[in-house]
Amino acid sequence: MKRFLVHITTAVGLLALASTTALSDGAATLRQGEPIASEAEAPKMNKVENNDVKRVRNYPEQPPTIPHQTRDYEISLNANKCLSCHARTRTGESQAPMVSVTHYMDRDNQVLATVSPRRYFCNQCHVTQVTAPPLVENEFIDVEHIIKGE
Amino acid sequence: MKLSRRDYIKANAVAVAAGVAGMTAPSTASNLLTESSKTALTWSKAPCRFCGTGCSVMVGTKEGKVVATHGDVKAEVNRGLNCVKGYFLSKIMYGKDRLKTPLLRMKDGKYHKEGEFTPVSWDVAFDTMADKFKSAIKAKGPTSVGMFGSGQWTVWEGYAASKLMKAGFASNNIDPNARHCMASAVGGFMRTFGIDEPMGCYDDIEATDAFVLWGSNMAEMHPILWTRVADRRLSAPNTKVAVLSTYEHRCFDLADIPMVFTPQTDLAILNFIANYIIQNDKVNQDFVSKHVNFRRGNDDIGYGLRPEHELQKKAKNVDKAGGSSEMSFEEFKAFVADYTVEKVSKLSGVPENRLIELAELYADPNRKVVSFWTMGFNQHTRGVWCNNLIYNIHLLVGKISTPGNSPFSLTGQPSACGTAREVGTFSHRLPADMVVKNPKHRAIAEKIWKIPAGVIPPKPGFHAVLQNRMLKDGKLNAYWVMCNNNMQAAPNFNEEGYPGYRNPENFIVVSDPYPTVTAEAADLILPTAMWVEKEGAYGNAERRTQFWHQLVDAPGEARSDLWQLMEFSKRFTTDEVWPADVLKENPEYKGKTLFEVLYQNGNVDKFPLEQTHKDYANQESNDFGFYVQKGLFEEYATFGRGHAHDLAPFETYHKERGLRWPVVDGKETKWRFKEGSDPYAKPGSDYDFYGKPDGRAVIFALPYEPAAESPDEEYDLWLSTGRVLEHWHSGSMTQRVPELYKAFPDAVVFMHPDDANQRGLRRGQEVKVVSRRGEIVTRVETRGRNKPPKGLVFVPWFDASQLINKVTLDATDPLSKQTDFKKCAIKVVATGRA
Repeated sequence: MKRFLVHITTAVGLLALASTTALSDGAATLRQGEPIASEAEAPKMNKVENNDVKRVRNYPEQPPTIPHQTRDYEISLNANKCLSCHARTRTGESQAPMVSVTHYMDRDNQVLATVSPRRYFCNQCHVTQVTAPPLVENEFIDVEHIIKGE
Repeated sequence: MKLSRRDYIKANAVAVAAGVAGMTAPSTASNLLTESSKTALTWSKAPCRFCGTGCSVMVGTKEGKVVATHGDVKAEVNRGLNCVKGYFLSKIMYGKDRLKTPLLRMKDGKYHKEGEFTPVSWDVAFDTMADKFKSAIKAKGPTSVGMFGSGQWTVWEGYAASKLMKAGFASNNIDPNARHCMASAVGGFMRTFGIDEPMGCYDDIEATDAFVLWGSNMAEMHPILWTRVADRRLSAPNTKVAVLSTYEHRCFDLADIPMVFTPQTDLAILNFIANYIIQNDKVNQDFVSKHVNFRRGNDDIGYGLRPEHELQKKAKNVDKAGGSSEMSFEEFKAFVADYTVEKVSKLSGVPENRLIELAELYADPNRKVVSFWTMGFNQHTRGVWCNNLIYNIHLLVGKISTPGNSPFSLTGQPSACGTAREVGTFSHRLPADMVVKNPKHRAIAEKIWKIPAGVIPPKPGFHAVLQNRMLKDGKLNAYWVMCNNNMQAAPNFNEEGYPGYRNPENFIVVSDPYPTVTAEAADLILPTAMWVEKEGAYGNAERRTQFWHQLVDAPGEARSDLWQLMEFSKRFTTDEVWPADVLKENPEYKGKTLFEVLYQNGNVDKFPLEQTHKDYANQESNDFGFYVQKGLFEEYATFGRGHAHDLAPFETYHKERGLRWPVVDGKETKWRFKEGSDPYAKPGSDYDFYGKPDGRAVIFALPYEPAAESPDEEYDLWLSTGRVLEHWHSGSMTQRVPELYKAFPDAVVFMHPDDANQRGLRRGQEVKVVSRRGEIVTRVETRGRNKPPKGLVFVPWFDASQLINKVTLDATDPLSKQTDFKKCAIKVVATGRA
């Protein structure tokens, strides 16, 4: 990595990184050291995590991320593939988590007979996750750690 | 270590048992804390940091950290919902590489253009910067300094910046990134109605029978508005949704009338609809005769390229692009008669029956209709025309300014309306729709700002694209970029942006929370407080102004843009920056600092510190000794009060979930220009387009003209760029949230499988996307969420590692100066690597 990062190490407490070249090329962290005027190789396409293992949420209101592949899942005027497992009536058979009760409520918080159409497009809040490690570490602290003084 | 469910329960039983037995286990050993002093979170409202929808978010804090966020159930806009980005707002401030100290390029202990970024104090940073600004002004005058701001600035940041540039440095070289985003919409509003921003509001969504999307991928870019559209469409099955785009995207999932058209032919489709309405005798004659004028706009206006470009030399109306002449309804009828369904179907590639179905949504007198558009219209070399042409259609049938009848320009950024447009942080504008070239407007501004006449220059400054050109040409030499990532966002990186920033004659300052691509191209980086680390105000796409308090402190020495602007102003005296003749006539201003004349002017420093909220910190006010945000807001609000831009008193906005201006007698305005719902519409007028002197809106005759650059034999594909749901703009915040990064980690080139096959490419293969200006390296995606037709590819621009703006063309709308990021010619070739 570039020397710039060594400088901001002192400034922002990044982990120490080996210093190789001069100048401040490579300052833009998200480019992983590639100077902005040049082009790096494109990273390989990542696989979507597909193990059906629930992930811990950052806070209770966070929409759970999807722990399985959703390739070719249709959500359109005609069909909603997600609801074929996650709708209340289907969860016995599928053993998938039921969409939360909030999803049955309209704009005035009245519960409807079925999932509210305002929640119809699942992919606006729920996303799959690829297996790649994050580009930059995030120092968000889980509130449980804060209140336990960890 | 992986535990089975049984092991997991066993391990936890110890803690539970201790609790039941009444043993005093340490709190960390208990599996549930219940003591309210520990578990209670502090909840405060704030508008979302991302798009122009303006969702309200509840922000939970604990011990100085944001620990949770969710949609605000009390907010009219989103009623408890957020999109995936909004739900992860909690994490945007906590990327590990937050900047915490100013960084200056230095060599041998002092500033050097080719030096290495080195931590310095704010004093060293500002001293170096002031020196560069002063020497530029001294050598070349005020046009040699400039600022590039943002539709993500808070209202008072934009206002303070505008004052610093226009009233302080006597330079109009301030422009926001909203130029890339909304300038064509502004141009359209001003030309058709004489006043900016939508007449309707989001309530139109629940009131309408039909939605038409013109170059707007709301499902990804305005997701919460899309939940309201989906709610309406699915709960009222007679509602229709028509979607027009140059490629298929997620909005097509809800479309009754899906249409993929050839780029640029939207102009022809718009004129076809006007023709269809007239030919089928569906014109609302009563409305048109009372409320509309007709004008013929100048055509052949060029493409906003550098003047020496062939296309500019060829165009006949480059200097008179905005000109127009009177015409009659009969003449307008004859003008659009050319746009027949057969001709337009052939030109656009949209089947005739679909075009007619679409036209019927507007023509049918028994159907209400909302048109939505965003960058498809605005990022267009004929963007203002597109805006004018859609208003033509709504005006012809009188479907405007009433619930459910609404031509609705959606905004991209959280405060493109509130800050960029309403405050007027453009190179030609002043607050409340006023312009620098109008002497009366300058006089009003100088009076409110309490500065002498003659400080604000009459000539518009450099707009966004021109700033990069002037940097490259060495005419703009001291430059401050705030609250945006323009090296990544601006077109034609290789030929304009990058050589401009790295020009040895120039000193570039970038204020940002993170080390972005733009920061890397800078000479000085200033660490910046963001979102709820400061007290703020945003204005959304439906004219709703929303406030928030400072909820946490910024890390290290990071400071808000507002603090930076005001603190920097202390380093200048009027003698150094104002015209000598003005000072000679107004000697009482001599020797004063810009801080004194701009911010200690009796207005901005009017409200004491004690008026700040006792439960919330306020870094800037504490530092400057008065309630900075309130003073700036109240001075700014005097521009609009009584002039159809009325804002409520400051405190009101800290209580409400926003209010839609004009706010008159404590009441917000939902539909403008309609008597009964808009207090400014004159009694007896029914409709009153009061932005125009005669109260009439204008229908413009404007033709279809081709794009600046179209595919040819070598560069054989159209390139459209844009966003994806999971990332906000250049990704500087969202790429640092692991869940959002992992949802869409890297840019790809979306292309039709046949186009890939034809080039011997397969999904996942590494390719170059190449134009005449530059190239990027990416991978082929043939089955993702975007499905381009043959002949067009789509590349999102969020990825800092794949700077697609190395490829794009800096052709702009000659009227709005907004870049067309949706059309240029490229080729896709294999890199030869896997």
